[in-house]
Amino acid sequence: MEPIPQPILDIRGLTKVYPGGLKALDNVDLEIRKGEIFALLGPNGAGKTTLIGAVCGMVRISSGTINAFGEDLSRHWRSARQRIGLVPQELGFDMFDTVERQVGYSRGLFGRAPDANRIEEVLRSLSLWDKRGEEIRKLSGGMKRRVLIAKALAHDPELLFLDEPTAGVDVELRRDMWRQIGALREQGVTVILTTHYLEEAEEMADRVGVIDKGRLLLVDEKDAMMRRLGRTEAHFALAAQLPELPPVLRDYPVTLSDDGRTLCYRGGDGTGKGKAEVAAVATALVQSGIVFTALDQKESSLEDIFVDLVERQGLAA
Amino acid sequence: MINWRSTFAIYRNELSRFRRTVFGSIVSPVLTTSLYFIVFGAAIGGRINEVDGVAYGAFIVPGLLMLTLLSESTSNASFGIYMPKFTGAIYELLSAPVGVAETLLGFVGAAATKSLILAAIILTTAMLFVDYTIAHPLFALVYIMLVAASFSLLGFILGVWAEGFEKLQMVPLLILTPLTFLGGTFYSIDMLPSPWDKIALANPIVYLVNGLRWTFYGQSDVSISVSLGLTLAFLAICVAVIAVIFRTGWRLRS
Repeated sequence: MEPIPQPILDIRGLTKVYPGGLKALDNVDLEIRKGEIFALLGPNGAGKTTLIGAVCGMVRISSGTINAFGEDLSRHWRSARQRIGLVPQELGFDMFDTVERQVGYSRGLFGRAPDANRIEEVLRSLSLWDKRGEEIRKLSGGMKRRVLIAKALAHDPELLFLDEPTAGVDVELRRDMWRQIGALREQGVTVILTTHYLEEAEEMADRVGVIDKGRLLLVDEKDAMMRRLGRTEAHFALAAQLPELPPVLRDYPVTLSDDGRTLCYRGGDGTGKGKAEVAAVATALVQSGIVFTALDQKESSLEDIFVDLVERQGLAA
Repeated sequence: MINWRSTFAIYRNELSRFRRTVFGSIVSPVLTTSLYFIVFGAAIGGRINEVDGVAYGAFIVPGLLMLTLLSESTSNASFGIYMPKFTGAIYELLSAPVGVAETLLGFVGAAATKSLILAAIILTTAMLFVDYTIAHPLFALVYIMLVAASFSLLGFILGVWAEGFEKLQMVPLLILTPLTFLGGTFYSIDMLPSPWDKIALANPIVYLVNGLRWTFYGQSDVSISVSLGLTLAFLAICVAVIAVIFRTGWRLRS
């Protein structure tokens, strides 16, 4: 049996209570595997940025432990931080400095020897090379965000935090950044990203964690989560009004709308069962002589799962 | 163990900022000090007798140098740490493998370096207006470095404390400059009538100005050992305060 690889980041019982009593993190346990892309999803104020801040040194934790690269972060913070990169949510740098100098500064700040070739490589990979001599304030918003990423990559981190990396950028740039994050994975960098865009997590993440009100509600493989919590939803628009649900459909999770003109199927489990049942419902309708004029079918997205989880949590609280 | 590469990166970044703001950083204080030399040294000074055996124009050189040293060291260091807080760039410093030693050596070292460059320029400028000598040049250099470092540390504390530009300017403008003017920059405290000569001794800047004046002319209103002792004590207090700031994360970490 192969030994289970040690997590690159191991968080146990992490709690952060701000002065004033706000509990931003509530007993969070989380393991991040080396080389994965982990998406942390949650609404505003859920605790995502606090969690990142706790690992990266911006937030003083109230209790719990954080181990990074197998060592206690509170004791071995110098060596650990040299291997961690952070792209913050807000644009924060010396706007009057040039791109190249700021990226070089970041490399030095994290204890790495100057390396003009590496800086060039990073700037080229982010399409910033032509802008290297520009003052950052003169760049567009999207370019500024790329500078933040370049600064975070300048010291070749093994663990990279991206806090809402594509917030406020246009669709094209967002796709471009997804490609870059994919390239980082190819290089073996472990990526933890927080995002509001569930499409982003669905597109890139290996595993997903859902956090709300400081509590980590669920952590799972993205595909497994989709399988486990995924649903199929299909709407049959009927040619004629039905007084009641046809008996042939009673074995299926189908409901009839109040106006008797739409049949709604909600079922399945993300394994394809739902799709098969929708096909069976369609066959049953045809065989019973019930005519439908349109069929609208969709598989639940990560967004549906997320909203459902957060809502259920809200009801339980 | 100190991360020297990080320290040097902060130091170099701060000096680079200094180069970009060279007008405000050098031209402005040099111009202001030159005006003092013209007005008090050349114009009015010619009509004032010697003070403690030193020509008035030469007498005010250490005081004016101290005035610039105190305000520039404090301002440079306070801006150095306040600006990243203001722009949000502080995240990078907090997440970097740097502790109190690297941060202090980087920020305070750069601020002190700027002050020393400025001191050299001001002393050179002063030569254009007045004749002066430095009796203990090595001691003067050490003393200037000590004062620059101490007030850069104070500036660092102010920069961490300040939550707006107004607070940042408050201490240099409302406390340091008046105390320096009243601290014997333009006169010997012996010239003050009683009881003001005794009251003046409560002003800590008196000891700094007179300490520097001793290194120039070998004489001062107070003992050099007292001046040196107080400066070292002030430096130690600032280092201790900054150590507490880093340990508690006060105004830096949430």
